[in-house]
Amino acid sequence: MSTLSTGTDVVVYEEEHVHHDDPNFWRKYIFSEDHKVIAKQYLITGIFWAMLGIAMSVVFRIQLGFPDADISWLKPVLGQWISETGKLDPNFYLALVTMHGTIMVFFVLTAGLSGTFSNFLIPLQIGARDMASGFLNMLSYWFFFTASVVMFASLFLQTGPAAGGWVVYPPLSALPQAHLGSELGMSLWLISMALFIVSQLLGGINYITTVINLRTRGMTFNKLPLTIWAFLITAVLGLISFPVLLSAALLLIFDRNFGTSFYLSEIYIAGEALPNVGGSPILFQHLFWFLGHPEVYIVLLPALGITSEIIATNSRKPIFGYRAMIASLLGIAFLAFIVWAHHMFVTGMNPFLGSVFMFLTLIIAVPSAVKAFNYITTLWKGNIVFTPAMLFSIGLVSFFVSGGLTGIILGNSALDIQLHDTYFVVAHFHIVMGAASAFGFFAGVYHWFPKMFGRMMNNTLGQIHFWMTFIGVYLVFFPLHYIGIAGFPRRYYQFTTYDFTSSYTDLNMFVTVAAILTFFAQFIFIYNFFSSIFTGKRSPQNPWRSNTLEWTTPIKPGHGNWPGEIPAVYRWSYDYSKPGAAEDFIPQNVPYSQTLESNLPHENEEIKMEAEIEAQNFNDQFDQPH
Amino acid sequence: MAATTTDTLPRRMWLGGIEPMKASYGKLMMWFFLISDTFTFSALLVSYGLVRFSYPAYDGAVADFTFSNLYWPIPEKVYEAVPFLHGIELPLVFVGIMTFILIFSSVTMVLAVEAGHRMDRSAVEVYMLWTILGGFTFLGCQAWEWAHFIHGTEGGSVIREIVDGQWVERTIFGANLTENQYGPPAFADFFFFITGFHGTHVFSGVLLNILIYYRSATGYYDRRGHYEMVEKVGLYWHFVDLVWVFVFTFFYLV
Repeated sequence: MSTLSTGTDVVVYEEEHVHHDDPNFWRKYIFSEDHKVIAKQYLITGIFWAMLGIAMSVVFRIQLGFPDADISWLKPVLGQWISETGKLDPNFYLALVTMHGTIMVFFVLTAGLSGTFSNFLIPLQIGARDMASGFLNMLSYWFFFTASVVMFASLFLQTGPAAGGWVVYPPLSALPQAHLGSELGMSLWLISMALFIVSQLLGGINYITTVINLRTRGMTFNKLPLTIWAFLITAVLGLISFPVLLSAALLLIFDRNFGTSFYLSEIYIAGEALPNVGGSPILFQHLFWFLGHPEVYIVLLPALGITSEIIATNSRKPIFGYRAMIASLLGIAFLAFIVWAHHMFVTGMNPFLGSVFMFLTLIIAVPSAVKAFNYITTLWKGNIVFTPAMLFSIGLVSFFVSGGLTGIILGNSALDIQLHDTYFVVAHFHIVMGAASAFGFFAGVYHWFPKMFGRMMNNTLGQIHFWMTFIGVYLVFFPLHYIGIAGFPRRYYQFTTYDFTSSYTDLNMFVTVAAILTFFAQFIFIYNFFSSIFTGKRSPQNPWRSNTLEWTTPIKPGHGNWPGEIPAVYRWSYDYSKPGAAEDFIPQNVPYSQTLESNLPHENEEIKMEAEIEAQNFNDQFDQPH
Repeated sequence: MAATTTDTLPRRMWLGGIEPMKASYGKLMMWFFLISDTFTFSALLVSYGLVRFSYPAYDGAVADFTFSNLYWPIPEKVYEAVPFLHGIELPLVFVGIMTFILIFSSVTMVLAVEAGHRMDRSAVEVYMLWTILGGFTFLGCQAWEWAHFIHGTEGGSVIREIVDGQWVERTIFGANLTENQYGPPAFADFFFFITGFHGTHVFSGVLLNILIYYRSATGYYDRRGHYEMVEKVGLYWHFVDLVWVFVFTFFYLV
């Protein structure tokens, strides 16, 4: 197709343009194939799930901090899950913990973060009209939506949603008679996750293909913004790890519903011996964590990519170590696949094997430290502009460092045996994966809101939101380290009522109060977000004086993103504060021949390439029959 | 488009503005899907391996082999039936025929793809029909093999198990998801799950092949100007064959 470059193409272009211009309401906003609309759909769905997921955590935090409190005022919402005496039902506590984990990890930080920004930024930043396949992209969102509906419906079951923890280990999850949360709720959980995985695969295949095939002319891989590198590698991680969870979930469905024994062996339940023999529950853990560990990087890497972009832009400096940033992304992605058993040190694993996984785990500190130091050195002596997006990016770096350090502690198999399944683990992953990725999400929303909606978010509210959330997150999760070291286990409905455990009460109360305050701080964001869509100040063309291609589109880009030709790219996206240049930023589409005053010697050599770059225009989707 | 300059300047594969290696987005997507599907099957086969090697192998003389749920069976003793040849032991003959049919359907698929490159519509139709026939024959063979596996041998196998604290002996015939006359129940569980999962893939492949046949027969690809869809579905078909080679190896050979 790309070899045809005759005059007839122009005619095709005109025709295509006409019949694309005026879709009806349903095709434009609901079943849209436009990546920008799909990104917003992911964003709104993600925000909905985030508020629900955090609200759940507040309910179980109240139980942990104030176990004697009368919470019958929640009866209108939770109904029978609040007892006559105003106590939370223990079964529902487990369901809340499970749903909080599932929702936050998969629906918010995987679909909400990666789905929003991969969809929105990949075509805009690589210079493409849209994703490679708009139809598959739409399908991806609607699979996610269906998964969401199924998961949401499970909340309203009489027996409650799944309650076996977000890791759904069998045999607990495989036996409906084991507890309330393994009945229909668990079936719906598995169905929902299967749909979710399909959605992720459709999305991921599209992201990878788009980045490879639809970069605009001149956009070589070493000129790609780091956001795109991060989204690309995230998609590869998902592509390889999610299918394994699909297999694990299908086998679990068979164990639950069709009497097989893949994960079950020699089980007595209520004094009755089950007929199942030959399976292995540890097998499920291996399969689960082969997804589960890459999953934490699927959550984190997009946030790191977004942060790279925002920190460089708002420090008005080139990113420090562009190639090292790419190499560390690749390093983290590679290591992500060979460390999964560090979640399983206490499963009776051979200690020698444990030491191998410990060694591999600790190596992750190296690429992670490269990233942390590169962020800090990018900030060093920069002309920092403290936009809300920048604050959240710096907050991410802070969480990445402080949560990463406890990761080194937990990665040691000897220490992990003490700390396993305590609140120390909870504190670690909430800071390094939960809060850090959430901050990447906030940073991205504040930064690209003008591009999404053509208006600016309120700066002051953004700053207040940042400080309350940043301080709140540390107030919530820092004390949990101490509670964990002292031996407080995860997922317990009640642990402070014994004499020997009553000393945990104070810190738990403190954490709960901090969690409630942090939760309410999010409403500042919600208000700011939704009101700014309608009443925010109109955005200028390039509000952050940024170099990447999305700011060369019209303020509200239409179908195809650029009217007329897609811009060509001549330089990387980090030419900030270049000595000799008139402005402190030079966008990627400015050729070196126009910036002779600031070119470095090797960049003058690049001028020869410009004619060639300009001519190589063979993958404009509007020029091709589709 | 700058049509005049394209002839004078060399195209650079990774410079952007061009599809690297002239691979269309659809073909890339198919490849990436196949990579992910590889991991789905790998997870299943690794699980199979783990459970299989948690059981002891039969270590007596092959001639004395009997079915028991205490050790993993010898595959030649399980898969030895061929339709219309009742009572004759023909180890792995039938599955060998099945495998040959599936691999032969890959050959006809290659010929269809090649005919597509030549824009030879009638040849594409012929070879697609052969491929569809191969796919359906394989599925039919699999259905027969499953039916035989479920139905069991004439004598069945006697198993000993504890029921309510007492050792009880009973004869079971064939296999299902909870019990298995040929060996441990896990053997049947994995057999049904993995060959079933593969069979589902073959079935979707046949449906895609029918769609391709229909579209070439109605001249859709002629109007589009290329037969790339045949190639993309061909990739999927070859992948499904390749997976079968692994399934065959793990269940029937080792």
